[in-house]
Amino acid sequence: MSAMPFRLPRIGTSQVAALLAILAMNWLVSPQFFEIRLQDGRLFGSLIDVLNRGAPVALLSLGMVLVVAMRGIDLSVGAVMAIAGAIAASLADSHSLPVVLAAALGAGLLCGLWNGILVAVFGIQPIVATLILMVAGRGIAQLITEGRIVTFTSPSLAWFGGGSVLGLPPPVVLTLAMLVLTLVIVRGTALGLLIEATGANAKASALAGVGTRLITIATYVWCGLCAALAGVVAAADILGADANNAGLWLELDAILAVVIGGTSLLGGRFSLVLAVVGALIIQAMNTGILLSGFPPETNLIVKAMVVLAVLLAQSPRLSGLATFLRGKSR
Amino acid sequence: MDQPQASPLLTATGFCKSFAGFVALDHVDFTLHAGEIHALLGENGAGKSTLIKTMTGVVQRDAGSLTLNGEEIAPHSAKEAAKAGIATVYQEVNLAPNLSVAQNLFLGRQPTRLGFVREGEMRRRARALVAEFGLDVDVSLPLERYSVAVQHIVAIARAVDLSARVLILDEPTASLDAHEVEVLFAVMRQLRARGIGIVFVTHFLDQVYAVCDRITVLRNGRLAGTAAVADMPRMDLVTMMLGHELSEATHVRPPHREGGETLAIFSGFGKAGYVEPFDLTLQKGRVVGLAGLLGSGRTETARLVFGAERADHGSATVAGREAKLASPGEALRLGFGYCPEERKTEGIVAELSVRENIVLALQARRGVLKPLSRREQDAIARRFIELLDIRPPDPERPIGLLSGGNQQKALLARWLATEPRLLILDEPTRGIDVGAHAEIIQLIRKLCAEGMALLIVSSELEEIVTYADEVIVLRDRAHVARLTGDALSVSGILGAIAADASQAA
Repeated sequence: MSAMPFRLPRIGTSQVAALLAILAMNWLVSPQFFEIRLQDGRLFGSLIDVLNRGAPVALLSLGMVLVVAMRGIDLSVGAVMAIAGAIAASLADSHSLPVVLAAALGAGLLCGLWNGILVAVFGIQPIVATLILMVAGRGIAQLITEGRIVTFTSPSLAWFGGGSVLGLPPPVVLTLAMLVLTLVIVRGTALGLLIEATGANAKASALAGVGTRLITIATYVWCGLCAALAGVVAAADILGADANNAGLWLELDAILAVVIGGTSLLGGRFSLVLAVVGALIIQAMNTGILLSGFPPETNLIVKAMVVLAVLLAQSPRLSGLATFLRGKSR
Repeated sequence: MDQPQASPLLTATGFCKSFAGFVALDHVDFTLHAGEIHALLGENGAGKSTLIKTMTGVVQRDAGSLTLNGEEIAPHSAKEAAKAGIATVYQEVNLAPNLSVAQNLFLGRQPTRLGFVREGEMRRRARALVAEFGLDVDVSLPLERYSVAVQHIVAIARAVDLSARVLILDEPTASLDAHEVEVLFAVMRQLRARGIGIVFVTHFLDQVYAVCDRITVLRNGRLAGTAAVADMPRMDLVTMMLGHELSEATHVRPPHREGGETLAIFSGFGKAGYVEPFDLTLQKGRVVGLAGLLGSGRTETARLVFGAERADHGSATVAGREAKLASPGEALRLGFGYCPEERKTEGIVAELSVRENIVLALQARRGVLKPLSRREQDAIARRFIELLDIRPPDPERPIGLLSGGNQQKALLARWLATEPRLLILDEPTRGIDVGAHAEIIQLIRKLCAEGMALLIVSSELEEIVTYADEVIVLRDRAHVARLTGDALSVSGILGAIAADASQAA
């Protein structure tokens, strides 16, 4: 028996290091990257852009990370964004802001409930269950917008895109607030422990008396709510809703953010903060490529390489190989 | 029944295999003759699957030699073994259910012309092949359209057609009904007549006596004995499977406890196709044991009592109140605890820490909104690590890195932390080292003395008689005997297990 107590490596260092490295690289391609200026009571600059543009994916990842920790996956979040955006944009000029928000977020909750019930009650595999809403959701959004791009002028909703809170764009503040709220809900209660236990071993957790079914539904509901919020932010940003393109493929970015944040698709341990860091890494890459002047198409290739790097870093075979090589060099 | 010829077909000599220090096979010898059906028996963890896997090259043996028809062979994979003539058909048929019967039979060796599969030729040959086995099926239909029995026979037909001389059937009858078993036996007898040697793994003693010629019994990784069926009465067989013939006098039984207050009464409790309805009374400060062979309904009874499986017959009364026992959560709130037999897959949450594993059930009972603070969790974990001597005494170590005995202690701690009124333990001492073994027995006695009700499943009969006040014997998914007082002895239990239905009638 070894005298040294076993300790998990301090998590998160690699993600933060990756974010810093990408930011540094952005600074190399665009020396004014870190410049921030104040204009009309609001901060501007590339760094603020990364935070602002990264907000929707960061919001999505806050819900997605819980679903993934439960060994599930939610492919419908992009479509849910489109639904919530369509509802918000359609109601914005005729109803007050609380009604608009309640309707959009309520739709997100219902979508999450639908997914959760399909998975937890009917036992459908998460990838298939959420694929249904991924496809149908965009149709629903188009029905709401009647196939048009709905624009609005309501200043109260537009504030979510163009306003400012203490100089910061509202999406950034909103994301931060949601991160804190989710942390309080998950880590302030026993939910975090029960999610990690269920995700790592659902059978054992159920036999320990954990209400795994209810927790599963709750995670999908939270994921739907986060997606709806992201949809509202995205609609407010462009002062309209485009049912075809709002949130398109963002479910993949959200899953990627979660995986970069160190949460395994096999469920179990998760980190909310690192999922948000993952979302920022993705956005920092996007922004960096835009700034560098490379064609935006290269973005996809760079992203693919990052996915590959992350997956290889998590591959048990590769880590076995690394241990083997380290042992040899000794 | 014909005596098999003396020429050994397959001989395994001195097979040894350890997994990370745990000895799964300890110098096991096994001989199979041509034209015999040879039962390979033993309880869970006796080494049956390891022996099969080492013989077929799925797992590499540490020591020992294997000869087939007098020739030394050393297969490194199931494929190599199949090439040499040793085929295995597992309980879960490993064929492609969505392909047709014919395609399954000829998968990987389809008759072709110019690179194209000759469908007609394949179907014709498939029809001839299944006809040999007395099957009347449309070979062009997908395999999944047919019963599990037919699927098994197709798997066997494929194996035999691949020129198998040795056929290993790993629990083929577990999911078959009586008629299907008969059909399978007819096929096995036919193959025996052709001179094929069959290794038949099963848990059903009746089937052993119905179809087998010889029996080999493994226990705790060792060869417990091998004999012709005719020379092995049921009683001897059960004794060989479950334990040594021991003198009763060596076992000090605790004074008989009448038990205190009644905690739970189950009447006519059962589930169709799972466990026949049974009556069971659990009292505080009393240990009820469940004994029987694997698959007899021991674990199933425990799961029904804990609500892990929902009963469809009868009623349960806990502390004077009607209880539905629809879920483990409800059982937990009633003050029940359950340590399952499958510790790794159903007990521990391997990647979480010992602390998190210990507080899991207590936290589940308190609910999401009443989290145990980190300080409370630490205190609980430390208390039980000390109380049960869990090693290493590090509450933050992932539980998956602990030894089996320490994992089991942590699982006991998980339930003890909920201060249960009833603790259900399924094989609490299986697969753990001797030291932890004794400690767990000590703990069972102590908990009982403190007034807890216990329901314990165990195949360690010498052990169960030393701590149980009552032993219920199960056979074929029914409670067949209740032993208390002087009747409660190893030989009494063995007798009840071995008594076959005809004798009992």
